[in-house]
Amino acid sequence: MSLKSKDLVSIRGLDASDIGLILETAAGFKDVLGRDIKKVPALRGKTTVNLFYEPSTRTRTSFELAAKRLSTDVVNFSVSTSSVVKGESLRDTALTIQALGADIIIVRHSCSGVAHFLADNLGASVVNAGDGTNEHPTQALLDLFTIQERKEAIKGLRVAIVGDILHSRVAKSNMYALTTMGAKVRLIGPPTLVPEALEELGVEIFSDMDKGLRDVDIVMMLRIQMERQGKGFFPTTVEYFRNWGLTPERLSRAKKDALVMHPGPMNRGVEIASDVADGHNSVILDQVTNGLAVRMAVLYLLAGVKG
Amino acid sequence: MPKELLNKEDIERIITRMAHEITERNRGVQSLCLIGIQRGGAHLARRLALKLGGIGGKTIPVGVLDIALYRDDFAVRKEQPVVRRTEVPFEISNEKVVLVDDVLFTGRSIRAAMDAVMDLGRPSAIQLAVLVDRGHRELPIKADFVGKNVPTSLEETVRVQFAEDGLEDRAVLE
Repeated sequence: MSLKSKDLVSIRGLDASDIGLILETAAGFKDVLGRDIKKVPALRGKTTVNLFYEPSTRTRTSFELAAKRLSTDVVNFSVSTSSVVKGESLRDTALTIQALGADIIIVRHSCSGVAHFLADNLGASVVNAGDGTNEHPTQALLDLFTIQERKEAIKGLRVAIVGDILHSRVAKSNMYALTTMGAKVRLIGPPTLVPEALEELGVEIFSDMDKGLRDVDIVMMLRIQMERQGKGFFPTTVEYFRNWGLTPERLSRAKKDALVMHPGPMNRGVEIASDVADGHNSVILDQVTNGLAVRMAVLYLLAGVKG
Repeated sequence: MPKELLNKEDIERIITRMAHEITERNRGVQSLCLIGIQRGGAHLARRLALKLGGIGGKTIPVGVLDIALYRDDFAVRKEQPVVRRTEVPFEISNEKVVLVDDVLFTGRSIRAAMDAVMDLGRPSAIQLAVLVDRGHRELPIKADFVGKNVPTSLEETVRVQFAEDGLEDRAVLE
């Protein structure tokens, strides 16, 4: 079994059977991560390059570990110390990295569409690790994996995605992935941050959090992206927390066994209360662990697609 | 026209015989464990473990091994092999591991399986039990316990099916 494309640019390019294959493969890799020797020789001799134009610790580390545990060589291309500061274009940088023999290029960039552009211009496999406000496909896949681990079937679940939907690539990828797998998605947040047009994708929109959380199986919190704010989308973080922060009382509207998720890094006291983040409904650290298995599965499967 | 190599009764008899051979060679079933290679080998390993347990009067640990990530043909295959679960829920260091597979052919799966086993621990010995040995080895590998030796040509395939997969137990040459 293989994926159809050499790249993972967006969830929109995947159908339910592709997503199913990735999740199933990830289950095999989760086993590997539980062993003393957490490394397999599957991609020996391949080279992976992390090309990150935006700060990231967890995603970059997760991809780096995933690549290393598959036995590929990993190069971290740090933009701040590279020729990019000398004015090299994105395309030239990517072609140079490819000429050095990279088989897989993992890219994060503040502009939407960068991963797509590189995928079209390079023979190497390109994995989108987040492009602007567009998509972050591996985050959605690891979220699905985490849900499936606890709830078995994704189909029919009610999932609330809460917060800054407008700027969130995590929310978009999750929306596509969850609806593809048959979940019912609700978006909750201040009207300034939840575009009404998204209703066309078959999701429900709520601005009242207490109503929106009623009887949901999954509460997916988003990080308030301070670096993308400052345009007056909401008055203050204190007021934001009062209306859309996830507190134990709010969580009680959801099903008793609802899962609380967050892609990290968390702003405790802004979008989520510490009691909830550390509470027994929280699977936030599972998400991190599962991210490794899912990224291994993605790299492994992409390496099997012959160009 | 597929030719039947083994039927249900043949397979049953072979498992009984191999269980006795394994017991004899190892002078009992002490510190013995079985690991079946996904997928056919896994079914065989479970059956063999039950038989061995009956002879030795103790439960024999049995695990299943997925070798997809240890294969040597990534560069030449059209598609990535499907990754299945490896489940070896016991310590294999200093134990005698009997690897179990349904068909022994080039020996490349066994090479991969040995590497995979070594990543799980350091067994005191690895032995190999196969239901059918069809020849054509490409590596210096030999089975310790063989159900049936079958001379084949390279164009033929040996297919083994099991009741565990909802089919009748049998091995055929096609």
